[in-house]
Amino acid sequence: MEEKKHTMTMLVDNQPGVLSRVSGLFSGKGFNIESLCTAPTMDPRVSRITIVTKANPPLIEQTEKQLRKLINVIKLRDMTGPKAVKREMALICVQAKPELRAEILRIVDIFRCKVIDVGIEHYIIEVTGDESKLAALINLFRPMGIKKIARSGTLALYREPK
Amino acid sequence: MKLTGAQIMMEVLKEEGVDTIFGFPGGVVIDIFDELAKTDIRCILVRHEQGAVHAADGYARAGGKTGVCLVTSGPGATNTVTGIATAHMDSIPMVIFTGQVPTQLIGNDAFQEVDIVGITRPCTKHNYLVQSTEAFPRIIKEAFYLARSGRPGPVLVDIPKDVAKEAIDYRPVEEIHLKSYNPTYDPNKKQLRKVIELIEQSKRPLIFAGGGVILSGAAAELTQFAHKTQIPVTTSLMGLGAFPGTDPLWLGMIGMHGTYRANMSTGACDLLISIGVRFDDRVTGKTDAFASQAKIVHIDIDPTSIRKNIPVTIPIVGDCKISLDHLNELIDQADLGDVAKKRQNWLAQIEEWKNTNPLAYKQEDTIKPQYVVEKLYELTKGEAIITTEVGQNQMWAAQYYHFDRPNHFITSGGLGCMGFGLPAAIGAQMACPDKLVVDIAGDGSIQMNIQEMATAVQCCLPIKVAILNNAYLGMVRQWQELFYDKRYVCTDMNCAPDFVKLAEAFGAVGLRASKPEEVETVLKEGLSVPQPVIMDFRVDREESVYPMVPAGAPITEMLLV
Repeated sequence: MEEKKHTMTMLVDNQPGVLSRVSGLFSGKGFNIESLCTAPTMDPRVSRITIVTKANPPLIEQTEKQLRKLINVIKLRDMTGPKAVKREMALICVQAKPELRAEILRIVDIFRCKVIDVGIEHYIIEVTGDESKLAALINLFRPMGIKKIARSGTLALYREPK
Repeated sequence: MKLTGAQIMMEVLKEEGVDTIFGFPGGVVIDIFDELAKTDIRCILVRHEQGAVHAADGYARAGGKTGVCLVTSGPGATNTVTGIATAHMDSIPMVIFTGQVPTQLIGNDAFQEVDIVGITRPCTKHNYLVQSTEAFPRIIKEAFYLARSGRPGPVLVDIPKDVAKEAIDYRPVEEIHLKSYNPTYDPNKKQLRKVIELIEQSKRPLIFAGGGVILSGAAAELTQFAHKTQIPVTTSLMGLGAFPGTDPLWLGMIGMHGTYRANMSTGACDLLISIGVRFDDRVTGKTDAFASQAKIVHIDIDPTSIRKNIPVTIPIVGDCKISLDHLNELIDQADLGDVAKKRQNWLAQIEEWKNTNPLAYKQEDTIKPQYVVEKLYELTKGEAIITTEVGQNQMWAAQYYHFDRPNHFITSGGLGCMGFGLPAAIGAQMACPDKLVVDIAGDGSIQMNIQEMATAVQCCLPIKVAILNNAYLGMVRQWQELFYDKRYVCTDMNCAPDFVKLAEAFGAVGLRASKPEEVETVLKEGLSVPQPVIMDFRVDREESVYPMVPAGAPITEMLLV
């Protein structure tokens, strides 16, 4: 069966050990984690965890059920598809030789990114967007030399009714 | 009223109706043991913490209550892990209290410190590190609530020494409500009606029941259901006793060492009504070939069990007892016609399978282990509580002792934990003092927790241990014989203690039978004396368990005697 990327977010008790329960479930059951983000919500007792995983549909179903079974998971929602907005942030340190600096800035402009650090031989660029935008940008920078990259992993929120 | 953590714990234990605790003391739990002595709760001192957990497990399975143990930090806590994993796999309600170093020392690598909450996270239903005495009463309440509700399981509570010592104003916790935990007890009625429709259409229906039926106390409802519909019944190892082993509709156990007729029926049925099961690989064999002609109904309280291993036609999340109650009502309303007549062909086919390949063994001049179990069944009139170790002894017990009632067969099903039977027998005897409790053991397994004989002697528990002694790790030897060209690597145990002398050294009674004609005498004597007894049956060394389905093969492809 075909493996697909799948995004899910869950509200969990904001307590020590909860993230370990969630990630331990993935490692223990042999599920895969592509990315994972967590931070408190407006209610400080509750955190939101967003996980991107890659699996076939029955395994996705099993993963979601297992997560729901965890006592500290309050609510879990499937965020795959257009019903949710998804964004990722990356900080990219690009080699910026004098002859390429103008080109890099043009790309930054086109992609609506920001340069947040400038050095003699590098720029650090902040970019936010969906997966395809980040992939496109990384592709453009790759020939110039990406020295370092830090990515946040996907965040997702369900769209409110219009 | 100011109470210390230890005193609060006693209050909550009393509220929860705890009357027995299995434990082993140590530095950080002295305060709690000290308070325990002031209550009416019996504390059973085991000889190893693993024994405490298995005993609490046996106590829970035989008595239908939540098992409780109390051990110290560090090694005391780590020694419980195997027992906890056993209870977790078999969904046994249990609360394990472990001591922990004082909160200010946690993380310091203090003496006897271990992160037991981290270690047991994957093998408990839930666990807690109590960080303040204020949180303690609610945590104990939650622990008991979680352990016995929904799909039951073990819950661990780790108590730092200062939490037990500190005194606070105690107010009892009234009710537990967890917003993230709401087990579904009531099944979807529409789905249940579809089951009735499928029964109406089916020509070859089969019921497959598991441990969930016993856990939810639904054995009577299951029997009613089978009788009303005249559908034959098989169960998993964990389900033995959920349906009377002497009923005409009984097919015997399913799976790797299931009966020929149970496995063949599964292969041939057109409707499989599975209740309180999880389709373990020892049951299904090759999953693609499992019940391949059947529409499958699956009733279970745990949604993760459904469609985990086997695709299902009608999934039903709910409590087994409530679901069966509803199904029985729906059957009364529906007109199924003359079910006995409808089943005639199907039951005749099953009868034929039964006659062509019944459970059998060859009687020779050595003691056959199956014969010992058969004799035990006969002499106890099938009324004993049987615990088992793991391996051949477990399978022969399952095949040749016929269980008419639930909670009488106590075995480590999921984890397959050797050393389980003796401490579990101690727990079962504590829960049912008037019952005869027999541990059917192997010579390998019994040596894993033999130290608990001292517990049995100390507590005057008249448990009986019947060792089917073949001086081999028999089940592995059997695999080596069948699949590894008889290379018996590390399975020959032909150097064991003299179990008769060992029993006597513990202050118990030791008996031995070496010839078939001695079996009955030894059993009669062993079962009648009021002390704990070890009976050493020197059985045929190379007897194997049949039928057998090789691992990963379809369950209809059996090796027969």
